Amino acid sequence: MSPMDPALLERHGLTPDEYDRIVRALGREPSITELGIFSVMWSEHCSYKSSRLHLKKLPTEGPRVLQGPGENAGAVDIGDGLAAVFKIESHNHPSFIEPYQGAATGVGGIIRDIFTMGARPIALMNSLRFGEMDGPEGARTRRTVEGVVAGIAGYGNSIGIPTVGGEIAFDDCYAGNPLVNVFCLGIARADALIKGSASGIGNPVYYVGSKTGRDGIHGATMASAEFDEKSAEKRPAVQVGDPFMEKLLLEACLELMKTDALIGVQDMGAAGLTCSTCEMGSRGGAGIEIDIMHVPQRESGMSPYEIMLSESQERMLLVVKRGREAEVEQIFEKWDLHAAHIGDVTGDGLMRVKDHGQIVAEIPNSALVDAAPVYNRPTARPAYLDEVQRFDPATMPAVAPKDALLALLRSPTVASKRWVYRQYDHMVRTNTIVLAGMGAGVVRIKGTSRALAMSVDGNGRYCYLDPRRGAMLAVAEASRNVACAGATPIGATNCLNFGNPQRPEIMWQLVEAIEGIGEACRALNVPITGGNVSLYNETNGEGIYPTPILGVVGVLDDASRVVARAFRGDGDDIVLLGESFGELGGSEYLKVLHHMVRGVPPALDLERERRLIALLGTAASAGILRSAHDCSDGGLAVTLAECAFDTGGIGCDVNIPGVPGHAVASTDIATLFGESASRVVVSAHGSDTSALLRMAADTGVPAKLIGRTGGGRIAIRVDDRAVLDVSVDEAEQLWSTAIARHFRGRAA
Amino acid sequence: MKFSIVVFPGSNCDHDAYHAAKHVLGQEAEFVWHKETSLKGADVVVLPGGFSHGDYLRTGAIARFSPVMNSVADFARGGGPVLGICNGFQILCEAGLLPGAMLRNRDLTFHCEHVSIRVEQTDTPFTSLASQGQILSIPIAHGEGNYFADPDVIADLESSRRVIFRYCDVSGRVTDAANPNGALNGIAGICSAGRNVVGLMPHPERACESALGSADGLVLFESVIAHVAAHGVVSTAAS
Repeated sequence: MSPMDPALLERHGLTPDEYDRIVRALGREPSITELGIFSVMWSEHCSYKSSRLHLKKLPTEGPRVLQGPGENAGAVDIGDGLAAVFKIESHNHPSFIEPYQGAATGVGGIIRDIFTMGARPIALMNSLRFGEMDGPEGARTRRTVEGVVAGIAGYGNSIGIPTVGGEIAFDDCYAGNPLVNVFCLGIARADALIKGSASGIGNPVYYVGSKTGRDGIHGATMASAEFDEKSAEKRPAVQVGDPFMEKLLLEACLELMKTDALIGVQDMGAAGLTCSTCEMGSRGGAGIEIDIMHVPQRESGMSPYEIMLSESQERMLLVVKRGREAEVEQIFEKWDLHAAHIGDVTGDGLMRVKDHGQIVAEIPNSALVDAAPVYNRPTARPAYLDEVQRFDPATMPAVAPKDALLALLRSPTVASKRWVYRQYDHMVRTNTIVLAGMGAGVVRIKGTSRALAMSVDGNGRYCYLDPRRGAMLAVAEASRNVACAGATPIGATNCLNFGNPQRPEIMWQLVEAIEGIGEACRALNVPITGGNVSLYNETNGEGIYPTPILGVVGVLDDASRVVARAFRGDGDDIVLLGESFGELGGSEYLKVLHHMVRGVPPALDLERERRLIALLGTAASAGILRSAHDCSDGGLAVTLAECAFDTGGIGCDVNIPGVPGHAVASTDIATLFGESASRVVVSAHGSDTSALLRMAADTGVPAKLIGRTGGGRIAIRVDDRAVLDVSVDEAEQLWSTAIARHFRGRAA
Repeated sequence: MKFSIVVFPGSNCDHDAYHAAKHVLGQEAEFVWHKETSLKGADVVVLPGGFSHGDYLRTGAIARFSPVMNSVADFARGGGPVLGICNGFQILCEAGLLPGAMLRNRDLTFHCEHVSIRVEQTDTPFTSLASQGQILSIPIAHGEGNYFADPDVIADLESSRRVIFRYCDVSGRVTDAANPNGALNGIAGICSAGRNVVGLMPHPERACESALGSADGLVLFESVIAHVAAHGVVSTAAS
């Protein structure tokens, strides 16, 4: 029934049904500007129309939660009257089209989300997925890696927020669709969080920051579509970042927030001026009227449509108290920023856009926000699962344990990420007490005794084989990593990277993963305070592995008790916490040595995980952990090797019990490289070992003294049989150069 | 005594220098906005690290025109101790208070890591308590730290003993492998002809507490505190 041109609707990513819904909500046909506004607000990226129903299943409350989902970022109470404000967000699609700027503006966007809450950003992290750097797509992948890493560095380093950690994995499924998820954490006074809402009829609405240009128009719509060969043509939809402008905005906004002149603030991220105007009005139960003639513009002749949909970066929308304009303008002047008064708060609940006094759009906020479509899309268990989950370890050809270990250490997913994190300023602000690459990111909070630990984790391969269990394992791993630093996990954020939700198999993966995250977060007491959903991660119909990424934040009450990955000296006892079951399904070993992604991911007993996390916190605060490192990709052998790296050659000599149920040769492989969950390798002074073992017994965590540090070799026996012996130097050489060798310049 | 820390738009190690001076060393510290002309009674002036004006042009090229830089030059002319760290070093070079310039790191990537530097000279206000040949573990964090000057300038710097720090390996050898950015003669820091203006690419303010991995940077701050105590306040109109 719509008289709209179907091609026009398609260009806007709207279905005929959605168009009819717009007509009903407005009671008339929309203007072209209004159509543009609806198209971005109802895009998957802004409206969460496919995921919203299921996201409700996540636990979002807890005694420490100060702000759950719905605002620019979540916040948890960390004591001392302070709040940790954090969120993770994706910038996958822009980073595929233009790696440097796509990644850089992703960092810029997440930083704005944090400081709009009134928090000073103090740490960044990222989770990245790329194709393989060897092979047919290798050259393009290496360019993407180089661009993304340089973009993250270029933005974060310049604005002066340390990138304290992260994770990277490589797999062919990401070759045409890399993932760039960026996490930011800030600190605010718990009683001074700022909301993104507009209220008080007649209060002025200000625009501050970069001028509006034609860049990024329809970025949100682009981020809600699949890619094909023509995607490179979408380059104009990617924005260009200006970290210097954002640094000025950050300092000026924080200065303004110390006054009480501010009512609310929101950044103009996805869907730009449109989204900020309507969401601020909607949250505050008010309307906003603006005249775009007052919007600072970079180019002449821009139409209202272009101005409303531009995604030019580094722009903020603020509502301030009437009568305080001069004070506000003065603060921005100090930072050489121009604050433009573009409109006012109204009481009519409408988003009204004028152009030189002429109304060009007038839409009830409720129509944009509340009447947005919510889809309960059909789900279907993918047929591939039965096939890939079938796996018999006995069919694998034999591999010598030492060869397997060295191959794993060379695998870019396992190898040292030093080539990457060396490009990130991870020390600025002088709070970083665990340097990048040495474990979870840990920053102290000056003026208190506390520190915050944070980790981002996910395993797409596990989720491909079993999205529910894979997602639970991601929650467990991120929480465990934070606990390895000695912190108590207190909150989480997630970024859900999936394919096209209109395919029932993808939708099934999404729902399974969300439910898995919910179950694990409830069991481990880490409420989800916000996050982001990135769908349509497909190129030419090839989907990525379902890849939920979890960011978990933990608090250490005594920063001096922080623990890191690496052994600290010769002659310490090495204790394995947790139990090995030799689970090779979905393992890095299977992928690297047998080019196989099969089986089921390791089992996860959430109660066991909860006890392990509690034990780590207790042992760390008692000061008896010299080092702690979790077992994940590559299993126990890789974990032991990593504990020995970056130590100047401290080795280890251990004897571990073989896992049951295998023939001898495969016992060794399963024991060394199986990826059973809920395991951590710790070291302690010999005089503390009995206390540690007693604590473990009291907490109900299996713990076993397996050997000693020292000797300059990684020497592993299984059931008293020597199975693996390699010098730390030889192993570390492979591990530390495996990524750097792909790029120009000096290796390491 | 008082550290005045100049804040340019885009400075981002200003708070770190402030923290080291005020909270680690217990000295007075004050920020001076780049548009100001008074150094607020400074005994020591610090130009901190960061990306002044975004460094989209040459590093430090715009910052040198800030009003405060005239006062910094006056303070330096009067013998006042001035420390330029990273971007601050770059600004001092652009302002002509130190010779030379910084090229992009030779591998074209940003480097943030702990490096070893060797103290070459101890007759500056910032190295007086160090010993010659002392090896310090101090982080660098820069994309453009590849010190360059024409051969005459380099020769002059060397003959007048104005190379104050050089990149070295852990045992103190100045080698190409230990040079993180390609700087000529492994130069990590230099001083002015009057020896009171020192610029270096490494960040001593990031190495003042063992919790951060090294406290080797303390010696620069302790030296200048001792220097000011011994030599008194510099009196210039600007300070």
